[in-house]
Amino acid sequence: MTATLEPRAIGRDLARRDGAAKVRGTAVYADETPVADPLFCRIVQATVARGRVTEVDTADAAALDGVVTVLTSTDAERLASTDDAELAVLQGTEVGFRGQIVAAVLAETDEVAREAVDLVRVTYAAEEHDARLAADRDDLYTPESVNPTYPPDTHEGDMAAAMAEAPMTLEATYTTPMHHNNPMEPHATTALWDASGAGHLTLWDSTQGVHPVRQTVTQIFALEPEQVRVICPFVGGGFGSKGTPHANVIMAALAARAVPGRPVRFALTRQQMFSLAGYRTPTIQRMQLAAERDGRLRGIAIDVVEQTSRIKEFAEQTGVPTRNMYAASNRRTTHRLAALDVPVPSWMRAPGECPGMFGPEVAMDELAAALGIDPVELRIRNEPEVDPETGKPFSSRNLVACLREGAERFGWAGRDHRPGVRLEDGWWVGTGVAASVYPTMRMPKSTATVTYDAGRFVGRIGAADLGTGAWTVLPQITADALGVPVEDVDVLIGDTDHPEASVAGGSSGTTTWGSALVEAVREFRDKYGDHPHDGDAASGSVNPNAAEEDYAMSAFGAQFAEVRVHADTGEVRVPRLHGVFAAGRIVNPRLARSQFLGGMTMGLGMALHEQSLLDPRTGHVVNHDLAEYHVPANADVDDLQAHWIDEDDPYVNAMGSKGIGEIGIVGTAAAVANAAWHATGVRVRDLPVTLDRVLPAR
Amino acid sequence: METELTLQVDGATHRLRVDTRTSLLDALRQRLGATSPKKGCDHGQCGACTVLVGGRRILACLALAVAHDGAEVTTAAGLAPGPDEDHPVHRAFVDHDAFQCGYCTPGQVCSAVGVLDELERGWPSAVTADVAGGPDLADAGAVDREIAERMSGNLCRCGAYKGIRAAVAEVVGVAEGARR
Repeated sequence: MTATLEPRAIGRDLARRDGAAKVRGTAVYADETPVADPLFCRIVQATVARGRVTEVDTADAAALDGVVTVLTSTDAERLASTDDAELAVLQGTEVGFRGQIVAAVLAETDEVAREAVDLVRVTYAAEEHDARLAADRDDLYTPESVNPTYPPDTHEGDMAAAMAEAPMTLEATYTTPMHHNNPMEPHATTALWDASGAGHLTLWDSTQGVHPVRQTVTQIFALEPEQVRVICPFVGGGFGSKGTPHANVIMAALAARAVPGRPVRFALTRQQMFSLAGYRTPTIQRMQLAAERDGRLRGIAIDVVEQTSRIKEFAEQTGVPTRNMYAASNRRTTHRLAALDVPVPSWMRAPGECPGMFGPEVAMDELAAALGIDPVELRIRNEPEVDPETGKPFSSRNLVACLREGAERFGWAGRDHRPGVRLEDGWWVGTGVAASVYPTMRMPKSTATVTYDAGRFVGRIGAADLGTGAWTVLPQITADALGVPVEDVDVLIGDTDHPEASVAGGSSGTTTWGSALVEAVREFRDKYGDHPHDGDAASGSVNPNAAEEDYAMSAFGAQFAEVRVHADTGEVRVPRLHGVFAAGRIVNPRLARSQFLGGMTMGLGMALHEQSLLDPRTGHVVNHDLAEYHVPANADVDDLQAHWIDEDDPYVNAMGSKGIGEIGIVGTAAAVANAAWHATGVRVRDLPVTLDRVLPAR
Repeated sequence: METELTLQVDGATHRLRVDTRTSLLDALRQRLGATSPKKGCDHGQCGACTVLVGGRRILACLALAVAHDGAEVTTAAGLAPGPDEDHPVHRAFVDHDAFQCGYCTPGQVCSAVGVLDELERGWPSAVTADVAGGPDLADAGAVDREIAERMSGNLCRCGAYKGIRAAVAEVVGVAEGARR
């Protein structure tokens, strides 16, 4: 058990500290870093999905006035490490996916660079590629682990027997399509190698972690950490796609290496982000439920098929939430991958939980309907006493409270559970519910310092604020650890010159960085007491949480949706979407609400709009821009509400907080799909819930 | 081919030579160092580059700089009446936490200022019930629908739409929480 801080600044509804700069646009992002006389980098991408580059004719491009150099795999510098094939930019002639970088141009202006890439002629020896995901492929394989380190398969009891013997069984297959993170700020880097030859590299990079970028770059270029500085005060969204460096970062450093002393700007275009910046794999989820007549589960199983890239494995942990969600003595979860000639998948907001709570939560709705049980009640009846996977008690688990409070706020009581019977002004109307879950994670490494200077305390840690609010909440935490007003505290982030911080991922930032700052403050007070002098400084690091030995830790939530489907056109609208979450202590209600609502909004996009359409004939995502990959727009959002239940959890960390950046997207799509069924009687098991899928059966 | 032109940006006059292919957005960002208009798609699909030209909102990525010789461009940075003063839209966006990452925000702010002007002039939109009469500013629900419709050209991946609607509604003068 940790001593939880006495909340004074924690829990306060404070405006963002970076708000004034952001609303004016004076906050500086990576591509805007003021540097003298930058060069512009643009890339040529492979137009085949598999094969070899046989020739790159750069003559016309190189002859263009204003072109400084054209880089190909023949003349680009050899990298010290090419172990990560995604990051081995211009290191060979092999093409692993359509869109891979095969050449790059450096020019004095962006206009010239763009013209020059069109003049580069690439010849390929194309090979037959394979970009088609299917559950019946004969080459599916079991990964050693799924993201990050979970076992791929789990078996408990006898699921087959449960399916054979239970009075009620359900078996169905659900799919989620390929999704792209699409942060508003394209991936961008300004890179500068010093001119002296000392090999010092500065990267102003749009990233969810300056230290993870430095670690990758030092490995790939064989540099010492002191030779690389990564700076990122603001990130224009990431949602996982800037969590681990992609090829663009290496491309920028490689390009700048060719012109020491001159800064190079390299920003992906929106279209390029669809092949080079990661994405969420499509998933095929075969669900089995075996239940008693009263709805209690005897067994639950999820068998997942998904894709990875042939050149690099990423195994989304889609089956993992089924391991902890509901009580059942028989359980099976499996993951099988197809290694395809496709771009490299990676993290996208709530990897695992987000797609992995679609199949199960729609299946639960189908089971409730089959048994004639209220879907809220069905979930309550399957609430486990302890974590079903480990047998450990939960440090706190308030799913039932979220379901009850959500039902109350939404006006669920008295719902007519029959589908397809409410036609109002030409619209079929229905409501649906689904549960949310996200594990409470703490990263193993992060260090912070606290310094006292002229009446103010300054914390330093290389953390990232991608809109999550770290600039604001870390001072709140530090102030409470110090026992001083938050107005007297600054926390500086986003620079490898600050102590090493973990990535902003896994909703772990506030827990991890906050814990490091609390430890730094403890050291500071131990050394200097309550009356420090100017210049006094101390450092502290996050510790492993011993309570994790004894407790399972997760945040939970419940989402309620109202859906209207136009009887003639099939247009699907979501006039109401309410979420209730139990995520420990909320550090800043204003910013937390934005996180929950933002996650739910992205979940609404997953429910209704988002799908990357990869043409298996070419290996190309054909709808690779924001006109065709539809994300929610302002008018798609209507009565959107996020509430939370106050949780007092003494086991998670000194703040009492759980992660909130990802749970909002978990369960949303299932709640909407369930409501669409309730409205129309059409059960959509394949996302997104588009009009062609809900209309035909009416 | 290059050409010389003048741009008035946030009150300052700039004389510059640009490649005739240069977009107004790239002229602002890459030539003048303006950080307020953002590049989210470069294809007029996201709204992050929204600026006001002669008081009307435009997408700077779809405008050629050469076509705007002499134009008066206002970015979100230039809306403030003074260095330590906020424009009411700035203040409302912070109060309603109408953003997270901040990248679409200057474009949202410029768009909102444009919307305020459009509403005041009585310009109809796709959701205006009485096209000839213009938007009904006395009806809070109608104003909410107008704001949602008119702000839908500015995408926000962080999903701050609720805060954006509330912020713009507050500046229009409609009570928060009023809805259809």
